[in-house]
Amino acid sequence: MNVLKRILGLFWILLGPCAIILMSLQAIEKIGLAAEGAAKTNTALQWGIILLIFIPISTGLVIFGYYALKGEYDRLPSEEGSERV
Amino acid sequence: MPLETKENSIFKVIGASSLGTLIEWYDFYIFGSLASIIGSKLFPQDTGASALINTLAIFAAGFIVRPFGALVFGRLGDLIGRKYTFLLTLVLMGGSTFLIGLIPSYSTIGYAAPVLVLILRLVQGLALGGEYGGAATYVAEHAPVHKRGFFTSWIQTTATGGLFLSLGVIVLTKNFLGAADFASWGWRIPFLLSILLVGVSIYIRMKMQESPVFSKLKSEGKVSKNPLKESFNHKANFKMVLLALFGATMGQGVIWYTGQFYAQSFLENTCKLDFNDSRYILLWGIAFATPFFVIFGAWSDRVGRKWIMLGGMLLGVIFYRPIYQVFLEDSDLSRVEQKDIKSVSAPVRTSMLMENGQDSLISESRQVALKNATVYTKIQSQIKYADPAKAVYFQPEVLKDKKLNRAVFWKFVGLIFFQILLVTMVYGPIAAFLVELFPAKIRYTSMSLPYHVGNGVFGGLVPFIATLIASFPGASPLSGLWYPIGVAALSFVIGTIYLSNKKPEHTEAG
Repeated sequence: MNVLKRILGLFWILLGPCAIILMSLQAIEKIGLAAEGAAKTNTALQWGIILLIFIPISTGLVIFGYYALKGEYDRLPSEEGSERV
Repeated sequence: MPLETKENSIFKVIGASSLGTLIEWYDFYIFGSLASIIGSKLFPQDTGASALINTLAIFAAGFIVRPFGALVFGRLGDLIGRKYTFLLTLVLMGGSTFLIGLIPSYSTIGYAAPVLVLILRLVQGLALGGEYGGAATYVAEHAPVHKRGFFTSWIQTTATGGLFLSLGVIVLTKNFLGAADFASWGWRIPFLLSILLVGVSIYIRMKMQESPVFSKLKSEGKVSKNPLKESFNHKANFKMVLLALFGATMGQGVIWYTGQFYAQSFLENTCKLDFNDSRYILLWGIAFATPFFVIFGAWSDRVGRKWIMLGGMLLGVIFYRPIYQVFLEDSDLSRVEQKDIKSVSAPVRTSMLMENGQDSLISESRQVALKNATVYTKIQSQIKYADPAKAVYFQPEVLKDKKLNRAVFWKFVGLIFFQILLVTMVYGPIAAFLVELFPAKIRYTSMSLPYHVGNGVFGGLVPFIATLIASFPGASPLSGLWYPIGVAALSFVIGTIYLSNKKPEHTEAG
């Protein structure tokens, strides 16, 4: 299982930027399709908000993948039975 | 100092904590439930759709600021204590909800109205971000370790209870006042009522004691000096924050919002069910399913949290599309045959000028009753142009305000019940799961962020992103479901591979 955890770490690292690129392409397409004026502004605003909040989350996914790749999740605190405060 | 509270006292703790949290959810949801009315009253009157989208954007903004509330109040809760922090969140939430009910309409104060709504909505989001982590931590820190799932699951019922209460108050108010008065001014009553509920809850919470675990930490001088730094700057803790988010709360959030928000919105806006019927269906589903929060919470004490939560996600991934397909098919009245019609009312004709002030929109509505007891309104509209050279444009026929016959109604209740059962599976054990994942001195901060990113961002954006996807060219009414299905599937995979089903063994204050 630990090997799978580490291999998938690479996948999570790649998934983060891929998700943002995909969203950005969608945003460009949908903003382009929107009618001129208020509708375009509205669409741009919506996608802007979505991208703004998903960029840090995708960064978190990359860090999660990096930790997985480095074996940080091979043993969790619950499996070590460690006592933390 | 004993770290666990006696069983009879803990139910007082649960009652006081749950009441406040329930009211906070009530405050938060009445806005969502009345989004279309707020859109028409407090927003510019361009078109209904535009106003609704604006409102939904603010709705999303309300959710987006929740993670910031989690950081601000989580830090406070780990520094000064759980009790005073979630008292503060309650005051902020209740005050802003009450003030939303007092905002004059757009026609009276212009753009100040939507700006005020936005500001108050952001305050609501901040307050909610601080509330849940405090209540869950507070109850968990009073509960015996081996019964945390059971005791914290009572807190978990409050989110659904708040939704139930908000829908109930809205339906009762509307039925009491009538549709016209409700649309005119009665929609403000559920907001104004909040101040009474919050007042009672504040009184009860003032009498509560600080969590015994936090009190012990404080007396021993072990309170964290910088909860944000210790939570997110230390790899050992930050990796658990990320795991909690991607392996649990992300999937839990979308399952939660799909079952309890998107379902009702889909029934009302896509299936065109009657306003009350769409809410009654949800109310019944919630009423039948709510006890399962406690059942799954208690069960997780015996078998572990992981597989119950992941089971709920997997079932959502498998069954969402078939369920919503049934909603669509069973509410489709476009192919009703003449022999099935029992009666058709006399047409009611309305005429109104369009935005350009010249062309007219003429509508004719009839109420149709079928032999199987289904009733709906059929609207035929045409645009008559001022320019005589232009031909009259006949709009597609619209069937709305559908009141289903009893058999289909209860079938829909069953399908909503199933969705909320999945909610209880993912949501019942999650407070105990999050509390146990982090050490006491930074617990409020550490558990609040993944919970609110998972629920606020991933879950809160379900209606918004699903509506957006469904509006894409070539999309079907079911296309919006790909968002919750995809997110739940991803969370299921991560949770299955990376999460442990064993409880971490923390010493609470030692």
